[in-house]
Amino acid sequence: MTTENIVLPDAEILCQQLCNDLKQLISDKNLQRPLLIGIRTGGVWLAQRLQQALELPELGILDVSFYRDDFDERGLSAQAKGSELPDSIEDRSIILIDDVLMSGRTIRAAMNEIFDYGRPTSIHLVSLLDIGQRQLPIQADLVGAKLELDATQKVKLSGPSPLHLSIDDLSID
Amino acid sequence: MTRHSDPTQVQLTADGRLKHFLTTEGLSKELLTEILDLADSFISTQERAVKKVPLLRGKTVVNLFFENSTRTRSTFELAAKRLSADILNLDIASSATSKGETLMDTLWNLEAMYSDMFVVRHADSGAAHFIAEQVTPGVAIINAGDGRHAHPTQAMLDMLTIRRHKGSIEGKTVVIVGDILHSRVARSQIHALKTLGAKEIRVIGPATLVPKEMADLGANIYYDMEQGLAGADVVIMLRLQKERMSDALLPSEGEYFKLYGLTEEKLKLANKDAIVMHPGPINRGVEIDSAVADGEQSVILNQVSYGIAVRMAVMAMAMSGQASEQATQKNEENLSAEAQATGDDA
Repeated sequence: MTTENIVLPDAEILCQQLCNDLKQLISDKNLQRPLLIGIRTGGVWLAQRLQQALELPELGILDVSFYRDDFDERGLSAQAKGSELPDSIEDRSIILIDDVLMSGRTIRAAMNEIFDYGRPTSIHLVSLLDIGQRQLPIQADLVGAKLELDATQKVKLSGPSPLHLSIDDLSID
Repeated sequence: MTRHSDPTQVQLTADGRLKHFLTTEGLSKELLTEILDLADSFISTQERAVKKVPLLRGKTVVNLFFENSTRTRSTFELAAKRLSADILNLDIASSATSKGETLMDTLWNLEAMYSDMFVVRHADSGAAHFIAEQVTPGVAIINAGDGRHAHPTQAMLDMLTIRRHKGSIEGKTVVIVGDILHSRVARSQIHALKTLGAKEIRVIGPATLVPKEMADLGANIYYDMEQGLAGADVVIMLRLQKERMSDALLPSEGEYFKLYGLTEEKLKLANKDAIVMHPGPINRGVEIDSAVADGEQSVILNQVSYGIAVRMAVMAMAMSGQASEQATQKNEENLSAEAQATGDDA
């Protein structure tokens, strides 16, 4: 599989579609006081869009740098900026938002961090793309699109406006 | 104790990341700013119900204090615990005659316990640097004060205090008052202030306590406190280090307070919104008046809180630098083993 024959979906269209799906999910599950939390960096851009569309008063930002499990191999990310969550997340229905779901390790780290802030009622996961290659038993509740990629290929979301997907092929280097 | 290398280089990996923290001297503005930014993130984790993050889980940190210091030791201990590391506190009375060998023997014994980081406080200048050169690769050394040489985590928590209360360090006039001669804090502060772009650094004190070399470091020397305070944005008071005064450097404490003690009246000579700092422990009525220490412009207790965050930041960065250096080394070993194997096939 080469870069040329992968057609990436339009991120703006996926985002629009996720807005509608998320509205539906919140009403179907009757989620009270939903709190959107975006994972830095791409997840935050997506979360901001969803927050505006759903007209929610607040938005949480999660930086999972301090909770990653690859510290011994990769060290600390130089861009670690810390998280910004509301004072209390007790009894909130959390919608966790990331750009690309792959191994599931980022989501594991994010959930661990969330529980250090308190005990939410529930967590639902929303992701723009799911590119498989899961290493943990984690699935998204809402996904914009599913895609199969080579292990050497990485999808990158750029933003915040417009949102755009591109592929970094590590095997070309 | 002989010096074999430049401490600035010893504390960095090949790609310029921090792997020990020995001195603020020679570190780039980017690196110092990275420490401050990361410390800012750790201040936010300190405000949560659960203050711990799992970053250094499974790591063992040893507080190796050859010289007493309750505050520095306890903030390092809290910092390590809030990073989820295990911590061992050792207070070892410094023996001046047998230091070289005793120091290394102590260290090797502790290394045999699979320690990952040593936080070292020692009465001799260069002790932390010496240990960093001898220690097994992969083990990080943090200088918690060595003789009159450096106290880099104190200097960085002071930089964080200035940045958080005055917006930035750039363009600020910072005065350091008191016992500059015995102060490793002042030296580390001057290096950091210069690199981070302070407009002017002044040191104020009696001639017996202000060495002329301070001018070489880039500070302007004042013997008159009233003159030195004019236009200051930040006033850092240093503790009169009575335990280090072996000679008669001062007439009396009362006389010192009269000339160099910070009173409300003298503080009025500085800028109206100037902040007052002190590394602690404070001697009330010797270098600072209670009214100032407890006054509105004092940020002395904020400094203590920021100290934990700064120490978390340098511990995380040093451990991270060590981890990436070890990983690089392992990769290179694998590659050369592969090359060897391919060579054998051919």
